[in-house]
Amino acid sequence: MVSQIVKEENQYQAAFRQLQQRTTASDVAWFGRLRESAMDRFEQLGFPSVKEEEWKYTNVAPITKLTFDPALPAIDVDSLATSTELARFGYPEAQTSQLVFVNGALRSNLSSLAGVPAGVVAIDLVEAIADAKYGELIREQLARSADYNANAFTALNTACVSSGAFILIRKGTELESPLHLNFVSDPSAPNSVSFPRVLIISEENSRATVIESYAGTNDAAYFTNAVVEIVLKDGARLEHYKVQRESVEAYHVATTSADLGPNSSYDSTTINFGARLSRHDIHVKMAHEGAECWVDGLYVVSSDQHTDTHSVIDHQQPHCTSHQLYKGILDGKSRAVFNGKIFVRHGAQKTDAMQTNKNLLLSDEARVDTKPQLEILADDVKCAHGAAVGQLEEDELFYLETRGIHPELAKNLLTYGFAEEVIGKIKVDSIREQLDEAVLNRINARLEA
Amino acid sequence: MSTAENLVSQEYKYGFVTDIESDTIPRGLSEDTVRLIAAKKNEPEWMLEFRLKAYRHWLTMTEPKHWPNLTYPEINYQDMIYYSAPKQKALKASMDEVDPELLKTFEKLGIPLTEQKQLAGVAVDAVFDSVSVATTYKEKLKKHGVIFCSFSEAIREYPDLIRKYLGSVVPTNDNFFAALNSAVFSDGSFCFIPKGVRCPMELSTYFRINNSESGQFERTLIVAEEGSYVSYLEGCTAPKFDKNQLHAAVVELIALDDAQIKYSTVQNWYAGDEEGRGGIYNFVTKRGKCAGRNSKISWTQVETGSAITWKYPSCILLGDNSIGEFYSVALTNHAQQADTGTKMIHLGKNTRSTIISKGIAAGKSNNSYRGLVKVMPKAENSRNYTQCDSMLIGSNSGANTFPYIEVMNNSSAVEHEASTSKISEEQLFYLQQRGISQEDAVSLIINGFCKDVFLQLPMEFAVEAQRLLGMKLEGSVG
Repeated sequence: MVSQIVKEENQYQAAFRQLQQRTTASDVAWFGRLRESAMDRFEQLGFPSVKEEEWKYTNVAPITKLTFDPALPAIDVDSLATSTELARFGYPEAQTSQLVFVNGALRSNLSSLAGVPAGVVAIDLVEAIADAKYGELIREQLARSADYNANAFTALNTACVSSGAFILIRKGTELESPLHLNFVSDPSAPNSVSFPRVLIISEENSRATVIESYAGTNDAAYFTNAVVEIVLKDGARLEHYKVQRESVEAYHVATTSADLGPNSSYDSTTINFGARLSRHDIHVKMAHEGAECWVDGLYVVSSDQHTDTHSVIDHQQPHCTSHQLYKGILDGKSRAVFNGKIFVRHGAQKTDAMQTNKNLLLSDEARVDTKPQLEILADDVKCAHGAAVGQLEEDELFYLETRGIHPELAKNLLTYGFAEEVIGKIKVDSIREQLDEAVLNRINARLEA
Repeated sequence: MSTAENLVSQEYKYGFVTDIESDTIPRGLSEDTVRLIAAKKNEPEWMLEFRLKAYRHWLTMTEPKHWPNLTYPEINYQDMIYYSAPKQKALKASMDEVDPELLKTFEKLGIPLTEQKQLAGVAVDAVFDSVSVATTYKEKLKKHGVIFCSFSEAIREYPDLIRKYLGSVVPTNDNFFAALNSAVFSDGSFCFIPKGVRCPMELSTYFRINNSESGQFERTLIVAEEGSYVSYLEGCTAPKFDKNQLHAAVVELIALDDAQIKYSTVQNWYAGDEEGRGGIYNFVTKRGKCAGRNSKISWTQVETGSAITWKYPSCILLGDNSIGEFYSVALTNHAQQADTGTKMIHLGKNTRSTIISKGIAAGKSNNSYRGLVKVMPKAENSRNYTQCDSMLIGSNSGANTFPYIEVMNNSSAVEHEASTSKISEEQLFYLQQRGISQEDAVSLIINGFCKDVFLQLPMEFAVEAQRLLGMKLEGSVG
């Protein structure tokens, strides 16, 4: 086992060396050093084991065991994915404002930015690093919020950044249509791995909606290791939807890290449907007064899927508000983990933090491990959390049955209603419709089976 | 709340030292120490084996320093006295033979050991440093078939029962402190309620540490046979010393079919001074096993003392329809630290558990709730309800909640709620404009906050607990 992991790391190291030589951005000295240092850190950390508290309920051995071949963007290989095939991963609202990534690499020929206003920069991250206009700004922000010292997967991603997105929303710019970052894995070779990387900087008083989606073109096993960093300046507003619909054989490990400026607002909704094993670390830092965030999510898993959410909401300054609602529906032998930390630091008075995690178990073999945590070091605060694991309410079922609704249908209605609390808040119609359909399909499949 | 930070506790009332000659073994811990303790107590061979097994395992274990939310300097296990007994006549046939100095000490603590003076209806086992000095009402209890005596006596008189149940809930290798206790425990209480007997009086143990150099390691074992009932109380105090002392106890409860055990603790060990000098390290393993169908174990604790509390009274709900309960008030002030909570392990069908935890943190103290609710696949139709509320007094204190919830079947329901708040100014204002003094108002609000837990305590203890809480926070808030 040990030798297995070592071998695996060597494989990543080899890919890393290859990458260092190939990409032009390595010419930028600081970027090369950053990657070197992240690789060193990854080598020190190794993949986490269940002995570590943060990974207690999620065993990443399948990821370390599989011989993944880093799907580094080979410049000359045009993937099978054509724009028609990709259409099913797009959203109509974002037809003229989407960046398409195949195996982590930005494909400008498949992307369209016609509908994006002038105050928005949306380009390849590595190209932006090499660009004098943005180089300094990126240097300031990249890998600052998502700390690679503590998390091996973040370190691995940082070491292997070879493409990705740099999004800059300039002062006062308001985006009407959502910006879609469409990550598609097209595993032409089995066991490929991709490293999506995104840096979003929302300048003062800007307003935008960003959709981040993950999907696979076929049911092969592949590994997505993503890191998204978000910086909100004074008064900026960002709505962020993450829709994870990877193939059922895929492995998805992602970190989202947001730094909230004064009076900014960050509204995030994470939907986890796909992947055999998915892990999402979301970290919201409120280091300035008056910030507000919503960190919501829904996970719907069945058969032998495993999904894990680790969230940290860090109240460092007074007068910040956070809301969190995570719901889960589990069927088959699936497992879900929710670990939500709320920190209220010394002096962060008048904090208002609310956290809820609710889980619905549809099968006898499903398992939930939930751990909502509060760490509070200020006295004039309002903090509450709640967690529940259970089934549909007997009374509600009974009520529907008295109205002549078939018991099975009544169950479906209530399950659908359970998910709707999260789905209903999504403001992009096509995402909501897509998720509604997906939830109904899952439920119907159950009814037929 | 402008003067909210003005926290001054009343002087610790039980901080006196009893001047008594004691039989003390040299410092340090080795296999010889373990053998010496066993020899001092004239223990049978099987008991020594139990101790040595625990000791050898303890050597391989590491202190749980990383996961609890506690910080303290390294404990030197070699710089401690593992056995210290007050010198007195060899065998005490009646109370008249107990050293008057000891009787005086307990009287001063409010625990008269002479039966005439006692609150009727409470039998007391008094433990002074390492040994039990007196047990009251033994004869009366015996008439009902109830065995209540010191652990040493139980090993001599009821070896079969001890061999059967000792270590059956907390095995010797359970955790670092339990292993240490199993190796060096010196005394404690044993109580056995036979089939169908409802124990006619409350049983209690009063723990007193007197020697500044010694740790206290005692064990309590309570066995409730089919259909029996017992209510058990535990109280503790210690003198004021600048040095920290270790108290590592183990409590095991076993409830067979239809039996009920109610275990209440008012813990008031010396908590150290305002700067955090001195005080007891209270590292205790308490666990109950609902072994039989329809059995019930209920833990109630009021934790106000100790420099550090590390304690998780737990229930293993093995029998179908069994019930586990945990009611806790933990108050920390000054530099105190508490990491306390419970574990409810649901194994049997239709098992139910309730957790109510109230944490109050004042001064620069740190108060954490840590709990586990685990519902195993076979524990169908199980229920858990957890509520943990924290109250912060002053901006330098900390309150944390670490609940672990693991559910492995779909017919069970688990709910967890937690909130953090402070004494609201509106509440204070309302009470004050009704003519209630600020201090009384604060005490009223805090007692209201803890009411759910105090209601579970036997009457005498509830009164004691309310008084204690008021005293601890006196002049503090407001």
